[in-house]
Amino acid sequence: MKIVVTVKLVPDTNADKRIDPGTKRLVRTGIETVLNPFDEYAIEAALQLKEKRNDGSTVTIFTMAPETGKEIVRKALAMGADDAVMLSDPKLEGSDVAGTSYAMAAALKKVGYDLLLCGTQSTDAITGEVPGMLAEYLGVPGLTYVRKLESDGELLKAQRETETGYIDVAVKPPVLISVTKSINEPRYPSLKGIMGAKKKEIKSLALSDLGLERAVGSDGAKTEVIALASPDVRGKGKVVTVADGAEGASAIVDFLKEKKLI
Amino acid sequence: MQATRTKPLDFYNIDEFFTPEQRQIRDTVREFVDERVLPIIDDAWMEGRFPSEIVAELAALGVFGPTLPEEYGCAGLDNIAYGLIMQELERGDSGLRSFASVQGSLVMYPIYSFGSEEQRRRWLPALASGEKFGCFGLTEPDYGSNPAGMLTRARRKGDGWVLNGSKMWITNGSRADVAVVWAKTDDGDESSVRGFLVERGMRGFTARDQKGKHSLRASDTSELAFTDVELPADAILPKSGGLKSPLMCLTQARYGIAWGALGAAIACFEQALEYSKTREVFGAPLGAKQIQQERLAEMLTEITKGQLLAYHLGRLKDAGVATPQQVSLAKRNNVDIACDVARKCRRMLGANGILAEYNPMRHMANLESVYTYEGTHDVHALILGQALTGFNAF
Repeated sequence: MKIVVTVKLVPDTNADKRIDPGTKRLVRTGIETVLNPFDEYAIEAALQLKEKRNDGSTVTIFTMAPETGKEIVRKALAMGADDAVMLSDPKLEGSDVAGTSYAMAAALKKVGYDLLLCGTQSTDAITGEVPGMLAEYLGVPGLTYVRKLESDGELLKAQRETETGYIDVAVKPPVLISVTKSINEPRYPSLKGIMGAKKKEIKSLALSDLGLERAVGSDGAKTEVIALASPDVRGKGKVVTVADGAEGASAIVDFLKEKKLI
Repeated sequence: MQATRTKPLDFYNIDEFFTPEQRQIRDTVREFVDERVLPIIDDAWMEGRFPSEIVAELAALGVFGPTLPEEYGCAGLDNIAYGLIMQELERGDSGLRSFASVQGSLVMYPIYSFGSEEQRRRWLPALASGEKFGCFGLTEPDYGSNPAGMLTRARRKGDGWVLNGSKMWITNGSRADVAVVWAKTDDGDESSVRGFLVERGMRGFTARDQKGKHSLRASDTSELAFTDVELPADAILPKSGGLKSPLMCLTQARYGIAWGALGAAIACFEQALEYSKTREVFGAPLGAKQIQQERLAEMLTEITKGQLLAYHLGRLKDAGVATPQQVSLAKRNNVDIACDVARKCRRMLGANGILAEYNPMRHMANLESVYTYEGTHDVHALILGQALTGFNAF
């Protein structure tokens, strides 16, 4: 089985982020870039599936990112993936979700896959829309918010999280699956893995390799960011000083009653 | 989760000189320490318990003997990467770094350097994967800085040997499957010292933990006793010869300590710096007071000098030209400044500085052992003095 994991390079989640008022885009220079934490769960799911199947299945990392992101891609390779493909092109800059998914789909068709694994969302824009759109552009079933994944012969058995419970689904590849954080605990790359990643291949693709039928990047964007605003600063919470637990409990009950929550 | 790491203290942008792999190795161990070690280490230390629950994960990372070749299950790393691993482990706790130092530099290194091919194949992969643990027995109750006076003897009996004697202050002693024990094979001078692999369970070999430590409390320190222990012919490390062999092991471990001590210093410094920004005294943050700023500046200066020293020593070692004396200088300096930094930070934290929830006092107490072991501060001064003057002042 050829497993491909889509990953994104995002600004360090600890870094102070800034929006360029002109382009209304996140400033990505001068900030340390890291692997999107949500994608680590997809990589781990891919590696576990490969190890369990033990049938020569492979794991390929795919990302759309500037060439400078190679060091971060190596981190994904250090966890144990076999190789990587990077779609890099200055003309992709400014792509919205639809443009991104369209270009990624075209590249992934070229790369080929049986199972496409994604994280649910990225920590920068947090739209959570790419997995769904990607499945649509690729014309394959898209199972999102999967918290359990098993391989059963030709079938993949997935458990999807819903607001009220879960749905068990069996599906025959090719398929796209996005996984939630509850699916596993991502491994640390081993020191041997880090050294080994140096020798693994990272293939490059450019837009000219894809033969796209519509524009991507800023020109092809179907959405426009009109305005940006910071959320209001939250005031300090109300502090109640009480003598004991019983008094504290009744203070909480009174508060909830006052708000008509109970 | 890799994205939540804290940036290492790096005032002189030494990071730029590391390779991407060295940085990634450092960051990986750093994350491991943040996520797995820091949440449990204070309690383990207070309880006087080695945190054995994290050993399997440490082994999976590959921190045991990481510079040895891949064919023995190791990672084949360079010495700078090794130093960075030691730095990050000791940022957690000196006991944890000691555990890794012993397993790698004092057990795997001599088996690799002085062992037969059969000994290498048997022990190195098992020690690298954490399936087996080892300890190093050189120091004796009455012979610490003067190992040439050791009383432990291995005498010929048929093809094999009979071992008698005792060793003290042995890190990992009670949990070791194999002890690398140094003994004289006759009653002459230090040239008869040879290394032996003594296995747990051998008749006449016992290990007992030393209790009542105020330092390295999250690490096992043991006393080993050998009473007529019969060793097979293949227990000897065939390429070991003279006191020089164990001293070569110590040079490896001391190199790691030169980096490790910086980790402890950085841990204390970062906590004191943070505290100085949030703690208010006389209506202003502690860090707004000139006297505290001077302390912080002094500590930053010493840590930065230590980092440059460790980095350049690593380059010399990777080029194969580092001398034991250069290693002595770095061990001596970096442990000494780490002791100073830990004590200064402890004091900057005021009364809070004596609590377990702040790290400086734990590091300060640990570093007293690090100051004393692997060649005391004074022993390294004499090594340097001899290198300068030609006179042996021991």
